[in-house]
Amino acid sequence: MFAKILIANRGEIACRVIDTCRRLGVSTVAVHSDVDRDARHVAMADEAVSLGGAAPAESYLRGDAIIAAAHATGAQAIHPGYGFLSENPDFVEAVTAAGLTFIGPSADAIRAMGLKDAAKKAMEEAGVPVVPGYHGVDQADVRLAQEAAKIGWPVLIKAVAGGGGKGMRRVDAEADFADALNAARSEAAKAFGNEAVLIEKFVATPRHIEVQVFGDGTRAVHLFERDCSLQRRHQKVIEEAPAPGMTPEMRDAMGQAAVRAAEAIGYSGAGTVEFIVDATDGLRPDRFFFMEMNTRLQVEHPVTEAITGIDLVEWQLRVAAGEDLPARQEDLSITGHSFEARLYAEDAANGFLPQTGTLTHLRFPEGARAETGVRAGDVISPWYDPMIAKLIVHGPTRRAALRALDRALSQTQVAGTVTNLAFLRALAGHEGFAAGEVDTGLIDRDVAALTARMDPPTSVRALAAVGALGLTGNVAAEGFHLWAPLVWTARLSWRGEDVSARVTGLGGGCYAVEVDEARHEIARAADGWRVDGARVAAEVAAGEGSVTVFWGDAHTFEVPDPLSVASAAGASDGVVVAPMPGLVKAVFVEAGAEVATGDRLAVLEAMKMEHTLRAPHDGVVAEVLTEAGAQVEAGAALIRLDV
Amino acid sequence: MKLTSALIPNSEEARANREAHLGALADIREAAEAAAAGGGEKARARHLSRGKMLPRERVANLLDPGSPFLEVGAFAGHGMYDGAAPGGGAIAGIGVVHGRQVMVVCNDATVKGGTYYPVTVKKHLRAQEIAEECRLPCIYLVDSGGANLPNQDEVFPDRDHFGRIFYNQARMSAKGIAQIAVVMGSCTAGGAYVPAMSDVSIIVREQGTIFLAGPPLVKAATGEVVTAEDLGGGDVHTRLSGVADYLAEDDAHALALARDAVRSLGLPMGNSRNILESDDSDPPLYDPEEILDVVPASLSTPYDIREVIARLVDGSRFDEFKARFGETLVTGFAHVRGMPVGIVANNGVLFSEAAQKGAHFVELCSQRAIPLVFLQNITGFMVGRKYENEGIARHGAKMVTAVATTSVPKVTMLVGGSFGAGNYGMSGRAYQPRFLWTWPNSRISVMGGAQAAGVLATVKRDAMERAGQEWSPEEEAAFKRPTEEMFARQSHPLYASARLWDDGVVDPRKSRDVLALSLRAALNAPVEETRFGVFRM
Repeated sequence: MFAKILIANRGEIACRVIDTCRRLGVSTVAVHSDVDRDARHVAMADEAVSLGGAAPAESYLRGDAIIAAAHATGAQAIHPGYGFLSENPDFVEAVTAAGLTFIGPSADAIRAMGLKDAAKKAMEEAGVPVVPGYHGVDQADVRLAQEAAKIGWPVLIKAVAGGGGKGMRRVDAEADFADALNAARSEAAKAFGNEAVLIEKFVATPRHIEVQVFGDGTRAVHLFERDCSLQRRHQKVIEEAPAPGMTPEMRDAMGQAAVRAAEAIGYSGAGTVEFIVDATDGLRPDRFFFMEMNTRLQVEHPVTEAITGIDLVEWQLRVAAGEDLPARQEDLSITGHSFEARLYAEDAANGFLPQTGTLTHLRFPEGARAETGVRAGDVISPWYDPMIAKLIVHGPTRRAALRALDRALSQTQVAGTVTNLAFLRALAGHEGFAAGEVDTGLIDRDVAALTARMDPPTSVRALAAVGALGLTGNVAAEGFHLWAPLVWTARLSWRGEDVSARVTGLGGGCYAVEVDEARHEIARAADGWRVDGARVAAEVAAGEGSVTVFWGDAHTFEVPDPLSVASAAGASDGVVVAPMPGLVKAVFVEAGAEVATGDRLAVLEAMKMEHTLRAPHDGVVAEVLTEAGAQVEAGAALIRLDV
Repeated sequence: MKLTSALIPNSEEARANREAHLGALADIREAAEAAAAGGGEKARARHLSRGKMLPRERVANLLDPGSPFLEVGAFAGHGMYDGAAPGGGAIAGIGVVHGRQVMVVCNDATVKGGTYYPVTVKKHLRAQEIAEECRLPCIYLVDSGGANLPNQDEVFPDRDHFGRIFYNQARMSAKGIAQIAVVMGSCTAGGAYVPAMSDVSIIVREQGTIFLAGPPLVKAATGEVVTAEDLGGGDVHTRLSGVADYLAEDDAHALALARDAVRSLGLPMGNSRNILESDDSDPPLYDPEEILDVVPASLSTPYDIREVIARLVDGSRFDEFKARFGETLVTGFAHVRGMPVGIVANNGVLFSEAAQKGAHFVELCSQRAIPLVFLQNITGFMVGRKYENEGIARHGAKMVTAVATTSVPKVTMLVGGSFGAGNYGMSGRAYQPRFLWTWPNSRISVMGGAQAAGVLATVKRDAMERAGQEWSPEEEAAFKRPTEEMFARQSHPLYASARLWDDGVVDPRKSRDVLALSLRAALNAPVEETRFGVFRM
C-alpha cells in the first residue's frame, strides 16, 4: 500500500478519497486553486499544494504542476477523482513517466474507450451488444428497407452527416418506410448536402443502466448495475442500485457483457459500462446495448458501495498498489437497495439556472451518507460544478430506501443559495418513480409539476417572521412586559412578494404571529419549534438579509434592511439644480435626449472646482434651462427630466 | 442559606389566597387593557388611515425584537378626567435598543391628539427623572398637539410643569445622557422644543411637523397663508431650518434611524452590561407563581415574608443578617439575576430594635455599594407609652435618615400595606427609590381607613359629650362610613398608580423580572459614595 498519495481533484470526491485514505493510514496531499485555499478538501488533507488561478485551466487541469506537487511532497501515486484529468491519457502517461502511479486504468484503455465509434466497434467485436443498426454505404431503397425490417420496428432513420434532429425520422411500420426515407433524405440533402442515411433501432422507452466493473489489467469483476434513468439533459439527478425490475438473467447478461468489455481492453481499476436499455416491454436480456465506458470512478459510485458493502476507493488503492482483485465474482452480492440524490445549487423553478452564494447554514441528515466538499460558511463559486452534496441512503427494500431518501431530503438544510432540494423531493415523491417505472424521459415529461413553486403556507411565513426579527436565540427576560405585550412588525418578502407580519411577544420565547389573515402561535423550546402547540420538524436560520425556514422544503425569504429605503427616498422631482453659485461650463444634453442614471448632464464651475451634474434617474430631458457660459445662482434649475 | 417554604400546595388556604389574588389581578388587567387601547377604536382607525403606526407599535419597533420592556406609569390617568386620558396619553418605559437600555417616551396621538394633561406632564417628567438617575438615553417619539388647553393652569406655569421637560432635556444633555427625538406627527408650540432641544432629531416626511405656531395661528397673527408641510415639515426642517437632522420616509424608517442613532452613541457611561446577555443565574427553588398561594388575601393576616423572598432571589439563597434581633424586620443579602442586593422586608409592625437593625443594614449596603430592595408591608411603627418613652421616634428617625441619605440605588416593592411612618422608613415615594412598584393587593394611606374614621369619631364624640349630647352607635357608624369609603377608594393601587404615586402595579409573579430589570437600569449609572446625615443616637 502507498504511504502517501496526491488527490488531483477538489470538492466532494477529493474529500471522499481522503476519507478512505485516512482509514487505511495513507497520508494525503491535496491540491487547490487560489479560491479553494480554505476549501474542505484542503483542510482534510495532511498537506496541500497550491496550483494557481481559479479557472480549471490554471489549476486543476495543470498536469505538470500536479506531478511536480507529487514529487515535492513525496506522494507515490495520484488519484484523479472524476472530471478534470481523470480520463486524460496524456496525463496518465506523464504520471507514469514521472515514476508515479496513476490510480486508474492505463492510457491505452482510456484511449480505447475515448473515441465513441471505435469503442462501439471494438465492443461489438468483443461480443458486447450495441444498438442494432445499418451503417452501410449501400443506400439503395430496397437495401435500406430490408435492413430496417431486420433491425425490427420501430427504427430511426438518421442522416449520416446529421445533427440537431434534421434528417431524422421515426418509422413504426414497414408501410411508412418509403415516405419517411424520402423525407429524411431530402431534409439531409438540404441541411448537410449529403443525403446518405443510417438506420438504428429506435428505443421507445430508454433506460440508462450502467454496470460497475473493476479490473486488475487482466481479469475483471462486476459489482452489479446502477439505474441512472432519472436525468435532465444528460445530467443524472437521482441514481439507484439495483435497477428496479431487474431480473437475475438480465443482470447476469449485462454483468458478463460489462466484464467482457473491460477485459477486452485490459482494464485496470474502477470503471463503468453504460448501457441503453429498451424497456418498452420491461427488462429483457436481449434489449440492452452498449453506449460507452467511463474509465474512472463515477459520481454515483456510492450506491454500489451501499448495496455491496465495498469501498471502491479502497479497491482502487489496493489494485493500483499491485494487489490482486480483492474479491472474486462469486464473493459479491447485493444487500438491499440504495439511492443517491445530487444536491445542486441551482434554481429548478427557473430553468435550472446554476446558482452561487455563501452557505450560511448547512446541515445534513443523520442516517444518510452525505458526500460533500463544503461546510457552512463556504462559498459556491461560479468557477466549478455547483454540486453541494450527494445524499446516499440505503434500505432493505426499494420502498424503504425511497422513504429514507425522502426523509433525508426533508432533513437537509441549506441556506445562502437556491438549491434543487424541492425538486429532488418532488422527484422522490413522483408516483411513477415510486413504482419503479423510470426512463430517461420521465423528468422532461413532468418537469412542470416537478418544479412547481409552492407558496409557503402561513405557518412557514409565521416562522419566517419570527426569524426575520432575530428571535431564534435565547434572550434574557425575553418578551417581558408588565401588562400589554409589544407587537413587532416583521417585514420580509418571498420571491418579490411582500410579507408583513405582526409578532406579539407573549413572553418566554412564545409569540403570536398574525400573517395573511392567519394567526399562529410560535414557541421556541429547547427541543425545537412549536407551531400552534405542536412540535414541528422545522428550523429557522437567519442570514444576512434573508431568513430560511426549513420545514420539509427550504423557504428563503428576503429581509430588507429598514434603512435601505433612504436610497429610494432620494427620488427627485426631475429638476437638476445648481448646488452652489457658479458658471455653467458645459451642457451635454439637449431636450429629448434619453439619459440613464448617473449620465453627465452639465458641468458647473464654482470655487475653482468643476462639479459634474448627473442624471438623478433614467428619463428623457424635458427642458434645458441654461446654457454654457451662464452664471447661475445656487438652487437655480438647470435641466428638467421627465420623471 | 437556602430558604425553605412552609407552603402546603393546593391547601384550602393556598387556593383561597390564589383566588383572591387572581380576582384583584383581573381588575388590574382590565384597567391595563383600557390604557393600552388608547383613545379607542375610532381614533385608532383614523391614526392608522394616515399611514402611521399605533403608539405601542412605534415603541415595539424601536426596541430590539423580543427584548424586555419595563413600562412606567401604565395606569397614569386611570379614572381621571372622566377617563379622557387612558395611560395618561403617553407610553413610557425602559426598553432595549441594540442591547442597551433606553428610556422611551411616546405620545399617544389617539388620546386627545397627544396633548398634555397634567398627568401626562407628570408621567413625562417621571420618565425623565428615571432616565437621569439611571443615565439612560432618552428617545422621544413625538406626536402631540402640546399642552391640553382646558387644563393649562395645571400644565404650564409651575415648576414641575411643561417647561420642566425641556429643562430636563438640557440638563441631561449636559450630563452626557443622549436625547433623541423622532417627530412622527405634530410637534406644536412648546412641543416644538422637544426635537429642538434634542441632541439628534429625526422627522418623518409629510407627517411630522415642527412649528411654534401652526398655520391657523400664523394666519391670525400675520395673515400669511401657508401649509403645515411648508411651514415646518420634514423637508423644510432637514434641508432649510436644520431643526431636524434626519429625514425619514415613514414610521418604520424613522424608528430604524433612531435605532441607528443609539448605536452611534458610543459606549455606555455606567457599569451596564448588554441587557440581552443571557445571565447564568439560577432561578429560585420555588416557583414565583406560588407567590399567589403564599401571600394571604387579607392584609390583616400575618405571614412570613421569607416565603416571598424565597420566590424572588437566585436559588432562594438568602444570607439573613441579624435574624434574631428586631425580628419584625427581615434583612439580608441575596442575588437577583446575578446582581447582589440587600433586602429589607417587613415581617410585622416596626419596633425600635427593628428600626435600628434596618438602619444598620442600610449602612452595610451603602458601605458595600449593594443596591437595596425594600419589600414593604407595614402598618407602621409600634405605638404606645412604652415605645414612645423608649424613643421609638429616635430609632425610627435613624432608619429614615439611613434610607433617605444612602446613595445606593433603592427599589421598593409594595407587597402589602403602606401606612404611616412605615412608608418613610421603608423607602416610600418621598424617599426617591429608583423605582417603586406595587402589587394588586397593596394599599397605601396615611393610616388604615378604620383607624382614620375611628380618630375622627373619637374627636367628635368627645366634643358631643362635652356638649352633653348623645351619639348612638348607628349615628357613629353612619359618621364613619364616608371616611372609611374614602380611604378604601384612595388607598387602592389603581388610584395610587393613576396619580403616579408609584411606577406601576405589577403582577406579583413577575416581581423577580421587574426587580432584575429595575436593578439593571439603576446600575446603568455608577453608584456614588454615601454620606449619611446625623443619626439621632
